[in-house]
Amino acid sequence: MKKLFHNYYFSTLLFYLTILLLGFIIKDPYVITILIFAGLNALSALGLSLLMGLAGQISLGQNGFYGLGAYLSAIFALNYQIPVSLAVLLSALISSFLAIFLAIPALRLRGHYLAVATLGFGEIVYLLLNEWGPGGPSGFGNIPKLSIGGLVLEDPLSYLVLTWTIFCLFFLLLQNLSRSTFGKTLHALHSSEVALRTLGINILSLKLKIFIFSAFLTALSGALYAHFITFLSPANFSVFYSVLLLMMVMLGGIHTLWGAPLGALFITLLPEVLRPFKEYDVLIYGFILTISLIFFRKGIFQALEKGIKYVLSFRS
Amino acid sequence: MELFLQYFFSGLTVGAIYALIALSFNIIYNTTSILNLAQGEFVVLGGLVMWFFLEKLKLPYGTSFLLSLSIGGLVGLAMERLTIRPVLKTADPLLLILITIAFSILLRGVLMFLFGKEPYGYPPLSEGEPIVLWGAVLQRQVIWIFIFVILIMIFLYVFFNQTMFGRAMKACAIDRVSAKLMGIKTTQMVMVSFILSGIFASLAGILITPITFVEYDKGPLLTIKGFTSAILGGLGSNWGVMAGGFLLGILESLTAGYIHSGLKDVLALLILLTMLLFKPAGLFQTAEQARLRKL
Repeated sequence: MKKLFHNYYFSTLLFYLTILLLGFIIKDPYVITILIFAGLNALSALGLSLLMGLAGQISLGQNGFYGLGAYLSAIFALNYQIPVSLAVLLSALISSFLAIFLAIPALRLRGHYLAVATLGFGEIVYLLLNEWGPGGPSGFGNIPKLSIGGLVLEDPLSYLVLTWTIFCLFFLLLQNLSRSTFGKTLHALHSSEVALRTLGINILSLKLKIFIFSAFLTALSGALYAHFITFLSPANFSVFYSVLLLMMVMLGGIHTLWGAPLGALFITLLPEVLRPFKEYDVLIYGFILTISLIFFRKGIFQALEKGIKYVLSFRS
Repeated sequence: MELFLQYFFSGLTVGAIYALIALSFNIIYNTTSILNLAQGEFVVLGGLVMWFFLEKLKLPYGTSFLLSLSIGGLVGLAMERLTIRPVLKTADPLLLILITIAFSILLRGVLMFLFGKEPYGYPPLSEGEPIVLWGAVLQRQVIWIFIFVILIMIFLYVFFNQTMFGRAMKACAIDRVSAKLMGIKTTQMVMVSFILSGIFASLAGILITPITFVEYDKGPLLTIKGFTSAILGGLGSNWGVMAGGFLLGILESLTAGYIHSGLKDVLALLILLTMLLFKPAGLFQTAEQARLRKL
């Protein structure tokens, strides 16, 4: 039994079924919507977790890719009558293609410089959406719902299944990847670039691949968001989104891919729990992030696990 | 011509503010190699705290001015003590960036908690009609801003070249390990750099608020602008980053005037990206100089 839990296929399946079961039991459309958002955030966070946790690169421009994915997909479906599922895929591909142009020069930079370059990119996308996006700052609506082969996903429950299925597929893929030689190389990139270089590995191409893939995941999540909510305005694509993703990854634990879904669930559910203090969300987020960075650098879940183990060791 | 001069003057005004923010970036960067992404929040802090002393408590201008500056310095000190020092030893750049971002969010949250979301303003340093210079209007506050920038330049020159403490800081900036071997307390230098940087950033806030108003969420954009100026002039040199600030201010103002006002912020970001990608050492120094100065 213990062995089963350590099998990542099994634990992912268990996690997947738990989330779906939660949705099917509670049935409250509000709760389901929150769970869908959590799934979308988890998908974006997975991209960032891959970039930060595995490869040790930072990006504060994920909101740019999220916005590009959402706006492109919505515009394709609305103005060019491209079938929605195709539009989603197309927009994610185009966004990750655009990521190349940011990545090639930006990935020569390191640390702070990379952080600010990506921050600048995210901010540019946000400003451009405000200036030239359809509807300007007030946004636009009537975006068609997602349909797969004539089946329109009207019901939030079906969208919940779709979101988390997509997430879990990529999650498994990445878990496989992180155990492969490629994944091990990425781990090494985090620890020492110089060492990798001496082994004759093309660091730029490695970083590029991972950056593009992370942009793809975030843009895909943005596109899925657009067709679920059917209304877009630039306000949702500000730098704050990147910061939220950052918090998810950091809180969930940067050194494990599990950090992304757990952190996403935590951060997405947090405002619902803290509803009475909604006015002060910035303060609370800032406080949580600062504390967790200083005291729980490996993520709160790992800290919790340690704490429980510590208490248990007293008992026996 | 008058129109050009007008844009030029308003560019100089914003530029002076950017120069101050860029300077406060530079001071911390020199001693720690950290880019403090909470710098914009310090500017907002300066403006809001000044409003509190001046309009709420009705203190005299000079007293409020000094009190606001010291609060800026104190918050800088608190930031260094509480968030930077515990992790400075690990020297993981990713962690240090994240911490400055986290602190910026925290500070923004605190400012919103204390001051709410309204914009604040107060009267300029000296009342009176704006000055007309070759057909272009120049507000009196702008003159004050220039005076302060010049004062700071003199202060920096004297501090870094004539005082023992300033020289120690300079040594720490050039080579931290050697400085430590010479008996310079590097941790103390880091602390002082955060205090100075807090003071300069809040000075920028205090000076600009009578012209443009501040509200709690103006910080991030100011951070980016200040950072862009620093990169444009070349991080590491105090004079360079100041020149970068003025240059960015003027370019922005001309773009807004002659092309499209919405493009103003985009221009700054494009400059930032281009500089980072092609000449990260800045306009006024070679890559060699930047490397010698740092790393």
